Amino acid sequence: MRENLHRFFRAARGVGVHVSPAESIDAMRAVKQVGFSDRAILRDSLLLTLAKSQDEKLALGDCFDLFFSQPEPPQDQPEASSENASQDADPPPSSAAAAETGEGQPPQELGPLAQMLLSQDRNAIAAAIASASGAASLSDIRYSTQRGIFSSRILDAMGLQRLRDDLDQLTATNPALAERLRAALDALREAVRDTVSQGLALYAREEAENLRNEILRNAPLARIERRQVAEMRALIRQIARRLRERYSKPRKRQRRGHLDVRRTLRRNAAWGGVPFLTAWKRKHRDRPKIVALCDVSGSVAQVSDFFLLLIHSLHEVVDDVRSFAFSSHLIEVSEILEKNSPEEAMAEIMSKVGFGSSDYGSSLVDFEKEFMSTLTPQTTVIVLGDARSNNLDPRADILRRISERSKRLVWLNPEGRLAWGFGDSEMPRYATFCTVVRQCATAQQLERAVSDIVATYQ
Amino acid sequence: MADQKASTSIEAVQSGLAAQGYIASRQIATAVYLSQQIEKPILVEGPAGVGKTELAKAIAAWRGMKMIRLQCYEGLDEAKALYEWKYAKQLLYTQILKDKLGEVLGGAQTLHAALNQLHDFGDVFFSKEFVEPRPLLQALEQPGGCVLLIDEIDKSDAEFESLLLEILSDFQVTIPELGTVSAITPPTVILTSNSERDLGDALKRRCLHLHIGFPEQRLEERIVESRVPGISQTLRRQMVGFIHEIRSLDLKKLPSVSETIDWARVLVLLQASELDTDIVKDTLNVLLKYEADIEAASPQVTTFIAKAARSNVFG
Repeated sequence: MRENLHRFFRAARGVGVHVSPAESIDAMRAVKQVGFSDRAILRDSLLLTLAKSQDEKLALGDCFDLFFSQPEPPQDQPEASSENASQDADPPPSSAAAAETGEGQPPQELGPLAQMLLSQDRNAIAAAIASASGAASLSDIRYSTQRGIFSSRILDAMGLQRLRDDLDQLTATNPALAERLRAALDALREAVRDTVSQGLALYAREEAENLRNEILRNAPLARIERRQVAEMRALIRQIARRLRERYSKPRKRQRRGHLDVRRTLRRNAAWGGVPFLTAWKRKHRDRPKIVALCDVSGSVAQVSDFFLLLIHSLHEVVDDVRSFAFSSHLIEVSEILEKNSPEEAMAEIMSKVGFGSSDYGSSLVDFEKEFMSTLTPQTTVIVLGDARSNNLDPRADILRRISERSKRLVWLNPEGRLAWGFGDSEMPRYATFCTVVRQCATAQQLERAVSDIVATYQ
Repeated sequence: MADQKASTSIEAVQSGLAAQGYIASRQIATAVYLSQQIEKPILVEGPAGVGKTELAKAIAAWRGMKMIRLQCYEGLDEAKALYEWKYAKQLLYTQILKDKLGEVLGGAQTLHAALNQLHDFGDVFFSKEFVEPRPLLQALEQPGGCVLLIDEIDKSDAEFESLLLEILSDFQVTIPELGTVSAITPPTVILTSNSERDLGDALKRRCLHLHIGFPEQRLEERIVESRVPGISQTLRRQMVGFIHEIRSLDLKKLPSVSETIDWARVLVLLQASELDTDIVKDTLNVLLKYEADIEAASPQVTTFIAKAARSNVFG
């Protein structure tokens, strides 16, 4: 049974519940206390010890139900009963109770699997499948393409070879029995296939998800398909959570080291200045203030979308975000993004400023006129765009002023470095005033860029 | 069999808590039983007012143990949670013992010799007598064990969480001047959280995680029955049914068990025999704590009463 629990832990990891060795030890101890007899109590105990949040409890509950539900026994009821019926009805006409008395020998000569199938001992067969899947290490299954190989491995482990020999032999000697055996074998195959599918559902989820996420992470954001957008959003949320976890804590770590003499004296005035309580100098750390300017024209729009989503879900780490969207002119979109769901927000932004041909010059003029005062020496300005200004005046002088007023100016360009400066791209002219210019086309690059920005404030 | 024993012990926990007026679901009882058996703290999460704090009180009353409560808040530190030196007493003693010190050091000729002699007396001022135990240390020092309730842990800072780790896993604390203090009898530790912020994995790992949600209708009826004995059965069913309907709405703050109990008391006071629209509208402010919520719920009152009454017939 310990083996089973270990397999259950692996399955639990598959559904996204983090089971550390310490937790699995706790679970073992808990299970030792409550035993296996009462399934509901067992379920409760495992949920208590392994799952650490409401979501995990739900996932683990489902996993428990799937794990401990037995796959269909080889012969399902109607087939078995009809066969029994036919068997009951048949003996007189057919070869005088072939299986029971007259030919007692042939079944004896059959291999164990054939005997098991013919005797229709469901429990024995279920147990045999379970132990064979253990031998074939079904819990290593990772991809749906492996289904065939695991099925055949399990069948081999159960002794399919011997069964085939028996079948060949029986076809010659006892066709009726061979027929029955063949039907039973088909049912067995089906049961094994179900077992493998269940195993796949239990153990492969984690791996498949990782693989998919890995592919998605490196896919160009501008060209992902519509059906992947939802998955991408989930991925972006994951990235946001990771960044939050990484950067929200160290920010609180205040530098201790130097004695603050003034505060120490003041605090200990009651004891005549004898320093019973010491006070230490603390260094206040800023939280990032971010101003984001996002191009929402055509090809860049989707990248801006994910970027804004990421920045706005970082509110625990980032103190103050103001976002602006532009194509031919510029508007502030912070409020739209905070009040609506991502989809609605993006639709609203697009209806207001989207789909125009981009004009960086006039958008920068808009920014300087209305929002220049939002920039402080603590602000990081992030511009996201391809810097293709349709041969209009780029107004790089405004960008210089922005750069002078702010702490940093970061330019994220979804285009590859090779394309910068070709055609109507004004990137080289803008790049002079930027602290950093980097390519940002995939979720991974997006994560790195944002992570770097936040890290400079640590 | 061990298995048999487990299920009967869980039932025993349930009935024991029930005797203290706390109606526990099987899950809660399992958690309490397991925490006792494998000596792990329980981290209780759930919405406000579902009886997280009550659970600790009920356990303490049932086992006849003392309950020590540590209310967490932002800025709580080890001086308030764990121990503190009694500075004033230390200072007073140094003043009183001044002459004594003179005697002790009288024989010493040089400063160096005086220092050496002082060292022989050890760290008298940093001994057990000068430690002021705060809730956590108190809990460890209870000879008969106790129930330690660390309430609303999510309100404290992340640093404080780390301070708790040693106590939660090993039931001991380390005081640099004194050494490690281990629990005489490991206390039963209950932590509660309203999920205001995510707790660290290290803390969660050391605890059994119990989520108490809103109870099922049956269970809630039993809770009302035990807490407000004067209420008639029909009214009880109707009001619990009504509250379950209310919880299906999108409200800022859903009424929880404590509000159900308050409302039951109010209804008994007003001597209502069954729910009707007027009395519900008059007393809706007991259940709902926001003006917007009351406005959202009041148009639905009549339908909800009807629904609750109908389910009552079938139930």
